[in-house]
Amino acid sequence: MKINKPKVIIMSGYGLNCEEETKFAFEAVGAKADIVHINDLIKEPKLLSKYQILVFPGGFSYGDDTGSGKAYANKMKNHLDKELKEFVERDTLIIGICNGFQIITNLGLLPGGLVHNSGGVYLDRWVDLEVKGKSPWLTGIKKISVPIAHGEGRYIIDNKKYTQMKKDKEIAFVYTKGDICKFQNLKANPNGAMHDIAGVLAYKGRVFGLMPHPERAMFFHHRPDFQLRKEMLKRKNKKIPTEGEGLQIFKNAVNYFKK
Amino acid sequence: MISRIYITPKEKDSRETIFKESFNKLDIKGHVSHVALADSYTINADISKDSLIDAARALTNETIENSTINTLPPVGDFSFICEIGYMPGVTDNVGHTAEEEIADLLHYKWKSGEAIYTSKLFFVSGKLSLIDMKTIALSLHNPLIERFNIIDAKEIKKNTIQTIVPNVVLPKKVPVVKVSLEVSDEELIKIGKEGILDPDGTRRGPLALDLESMKIIKDYFKKLKRSPTDIELESLAQTWSEHCKHTIFANSIDDIKDGLYKTYIKGATNKIRREKGKNDFCISVFSDNAGAIEFDKDYMVTHKVETHNSPSALDPFGGAITGIVGVNRDTIGFGLGAKPVANTYGFCFGYPDDTRPLFRDKTLKQKMLPPKRIIDGVIRGVNVGGNCSGIPTVSGFVRYDERFRAKPLVFVGTVGLLPKKINNKPAHQKGAIEGDYIVIIGGKVGADGIHGATFSSVVMDSSSPATAVQIGDPITQKKLSDAIVKEARDRNLYTSITDNGAGGISCSVAEMAKECGGCIVDIEKVPLKYPGLTPWQIWISESQERMTLSVPKSKWKEFNSLMESRGVLAVIIGEFTSEKNCIVRQNGKEIMNIPLSFLHDGLPERQLYSKKEEVLNKTPKVPSGASRTPQLLKLIQNPNISSFKWISQQYDHEVQAGSVVKPLSGRGLINTNAQVFRPLLTSNKGVVLSTGECPSYSDIDTYHMSACAIDTAIRNAISVGGSLDNLAILDNTCWCSSYDPIRLGQLVDAMKACYDYAIGYGTPYISGKDSMFNDFKGYDEKGNQVSISIPPTLLISTIGVIPDINKVVTPEFKISEDLIYVLGDTNDELGASEYYKMLANDDLTKIGMNVPKVDFNKNTKTYKALEKAIKSEIIASSLSIVSGGLATALAKASVGGMFGINTNLKKLKGNAKNIDAKLFSETQGRILVSITKKNQKSFEKIVKGISFSLIGSVSSNDKFMIADGKDKVVETSVKKLATAYNSFSERMK
Repeated sequence: MKINKPKVIIMSGYGLNCEEETKFAFEAVGAKADIVHINDLIKEPKLLSKYQILVFPGGFSYGDDTGSGKAYANKMKNHLDKELKEFVERDTLIIGICNGFQIITNLGLLPGGLVHNSGGVYLDRWVDLEVKGKSPWLTGIKKISVPIAHGEGRYIIDNKKYTQMKKDKEIAFVYTKGDICKFQNLKANPNGAMHDIAGVLAYKGRVFGLMPHPERAMFFHHRPDFQLRKEMLKRKNKKIPTEGEGLQIFKNAVNYFKK
Repeated sequence: MISRIYITPKEKDSRETIFKESFNKLDIKGHVSHVALADSYTINADISKDSLIDAARALTNETIENSTINTLPPVGDFSFICEIGYMPGVTDNVGHTAEEEIADLLHYKWKSGEAIYTSKLFFVSGKLSLIDMKTIALSLHNPLIERFNIIDAKEIKKNTIQTIVPNVVLPKKVPVVKVSLEVSDEELIKIGKEGILDPDGTRRGPLALDLESMKIIKDYFKKLKRSPTDIELESLAQTWSEHCKHTIFANSIDDIKDGLYKTYIKGATNKIRREKGKNDFCISVFSDNAGAIEFDKDYMVTHKVETHNSPSALDPFGGAITGIVGVNRDTIGFGLGAKPVANTYGFCFGYPDDTRPLFRDKTLKQKMLPPKRIIDGVIRGVNVGGNCSGIPTVSGFVRYDERFRAKPLVFVGTVGLLPKKINNKPAHQKGAIEGDYIVIIGGKVGADGIHGATFSSVVMDSSSPATAVQIGDPITQKKLSDAIVKEARDRNLYTSITDNGAGGISCSVAEMAKECGGCIVDIEKVPLKYPGLTPWQIWISESQERMTLSVPKSKWKEFNSLMESRGVLAVIIGEFTSEKNCIVRQNGKEIMNIPLSFLHDGLPERQLYSKKEEVLNKTPKVPSGASRTPQLLKLIQNPNISSFKWISQQYDHEVQAGSVVKPLSGRGLINTNAQVFRPLLTSNKGVVLSTGECPSYSDIDTYHMSACAIDTAIRNAISVGGSLDNLAILDNTCWCSSYDPIRLGQLVDAMKACYDYAIGYGTPYISGKDSMFNDFKGYDEKGNQVSISIPPTLLISTIGVIPDINKVVTPEFKISEDLIYVLGDTNDELGASEYYKMLANDDLTKIGMNVPKVDFNKNTKTYKALEKAIKSEIIASSLSIVSGGLATALAKASVGGMFGINTNLKKLKGNAKNIDAKLFSETQGRILVSITKKNQKSFEKIVKGISFSLIGSVSSNDKFMIADGKDKVVETSVKKLATAYNSFSERMK
């Protein structure tokens, strides 16, 4: 079924906090996005069937108390288990960004788990990613630079499952030494994630979880090398782009339903 | 029934190695060979075994964690367990979330007295004594808020350990007592200083009321022919405290009749706004929880900077987190509720390697935390508070001086965004209406934070109350914030709102009551964390995450159902009235009745006098020879100049997706002096933030200290792309011994400069805050008396609007061959500079006298020229020259771009003749810029009316060269400079 303006539901409440900029990113590329508080969805679970894309945005649901993403996932499980299953069975897309990724691993929608960074502290920096998996979310992307900001982002997975995922193209992307790491002399893997995994996939690539924040790389000025690039482009009398690389992920989601 | 659930990680937790390493760095005789961690949930509730299993499952992510019930987890061999949990009554956020999860899962209703208490278990292996373990335990907890329990592995039977339930049991107290003031002056002084005498002979803690105030209260109640109740007296003490009334700024001093605040701060703002006329960009100044300026035709931005010094000295983590979430509430409580869009911080610390012990009491039992612990705790507090709230921590600074070692300064600020009009009414105006319900939303009330307002109004010593410490709960507040600023506000569900900060509801309700006349409060309706609190405690408790609103009766149902659906507790505690008094009842019986006029304005005015003291410092011996390479390399490692990347990187500065100029910039990730972000993603307009503070200059002259702080803050903002046309400033005065006439003399000087320079630059004050008693009186390890006062510190913060974020400029050099210019004169002004302090080995008698002086007429021309150049997009890099002078600015810009430089200071403009002054003088008004050669003509045309020096160019290699004529005065590599610049930060990581 072709849908020109897919409908996006962005979960909120209990400390999730990236819902507004995530909505902005989806709407910038032609989707219709609604921010819905989890309690409003619990009150009216059928609402979920009206949407094509479900988003668990970044944030600090329940302050990471009892383990990141756990309490929010428990609330989903306790009240919306059936509706979530129905949603995933339809031809839909789901994305979990940062805390959202932690939530959907706790929900069991994605394999593996996320634990404390190997450095022991919360870290905000940029990373370079190399796409390894196959997913509608990743169409046309090979490498991409985006920021991370997390304390519990070290992805862990058992070896057997990892081998299977690799075969099934379910490793979305890995941390790599690209433009930004070279620019700021940073190590590729910021948190000690196993096999350098930054994001994973399931359900034929329709369900996507990632620690980095593509919505924080939706403008060109977000980039750490923005000022240098701007200066170089200016001197060559070239136009300075406004869009950032992160936006492609949101475009892909919208395009998936346009086909 | 008491049960325990233990959770352990399946995969080795990386923190275990970090803990092991830090334990081995402690002063222990043995050696730690291994550490394992477990989280413990102690459940005190009547739930079945099956339910307990379900609960354990919910608390465990089986992919990554294991759990056990009641028996210790299988962590392998260990020598000791060290368990760290909270003291009774201390906020246990994780425990509360676990309660909520279990309630949701099992449909369980928690009964009174039932709860979940969390603790952390450290399974420590190695050859260790009990004394070693105590040292380890001490490094893991703060005795004021946490408890520890050490268990020897040999003593563990049946794989279980003793369980401690830290529930609060309060002694039964008479709810309300009358306090007779018909007593001797001596007793009045005692009541004022140490608090009301309880029947058990103990005092309740400082009222911070002096004899004069006590006598006025005595006379007032004498006329009424009754004694005040305890709640009345406590309430007056809160409202009259220095913390709330700012008496030092309000009272007349010397011949300054209207006092410092009205004359110099408000006076400056009023004059500037009048002069700006239709170009006035201020919307709300000094009258609300924050100040506001225009952002664009539809929005305003607010800013407020708070201090949280005293609590942070006792419990650095708790103090800092309550500071940051507290100032967030100032934003939510501005007008009808602004949305927090950026956080700022500023820390003044003692040096981390300063381990000289300090004690609050003569018996050496109350040990102060050393600077390193304060630093770690404060940084972590702002980390958790800011990150959890989803507010980017955009701007910050750190300063070090050994005089901050007992009482640090912790500044925290929040910028808010608010539509100009909501439902067609101005959103910055509000007012409770007679008949509105008084509604409290957010957290419940406990004994935490009692006497916070009065405590911070006095010197810290052994009587400083531990209950003044609180722990913030950012998630409770985040729920509240979202429900208010994203929903209830725009649905017009309340008429007024304010924050519960110092003094708790005693201050917030009485403050709002002024809007309509008066109030009646039924104290028993206030929701409590645990039973046993008396009315006066409930009334003045500063328990966190609460706001007070006035909700029209017709809107209550809708308001309450919205709050319920967002998980926010809302309770009616009374009604606003048109009577002119504040009445508190307990179960219908009146226990407080004070006219608002006496409560707010009964405080006696007093005349303050100041005195001048002359300072005479020697200058330090400057190095001989021409080379200053070693001096620069040493100076750039100085924590007052070097990188604080380790802090910037652990604060989320990119959430809300508005980041433009980040805290760290360029290839070399140097700390920026000003930051820019977009509060509205639909607009290309940006907000610029910066700060200026020069506490060291106070050792010479506070007038110039103040002038330099203002100039630095403004210069930082201009250098990135800000404009003098719409730059507002905020003042935070942190003083010491403020009743000492000499300190008052310094204050008068500083405030005079505040007036002169704000007017000089046309930058109005929109908000401010003071903290006047940053002194410590205690003992060293030998029992000798020690008193430490901070250097008088004025923090100036700026906020301004940038028309186009695409035009802003960052500090690092961009491209080789670019020309390097210094804008402004470099004068011989090394007094109290970082360079002189380094040469004098911090001997304050040898830091010179020639403190930088600010010429605002000249600087305004420089700043206007730079503004124009940035607007014309011909600047490649721009860095304001601050502490450490020109040489450190050059080093920073080089490290930022990872480019060497080739420069010569021979023709540097200004009266600095010797090389020390040229390199390290801290003359204000200077900016270091680089441009491409192609722009030389157009640039020099713009700057032709001001002092500027072309000093060289950016090179394509790593060589960093500063010459003075034929002398090579600094010759090193960018790589070496980068290592030096980052060394302190790397060490602190």
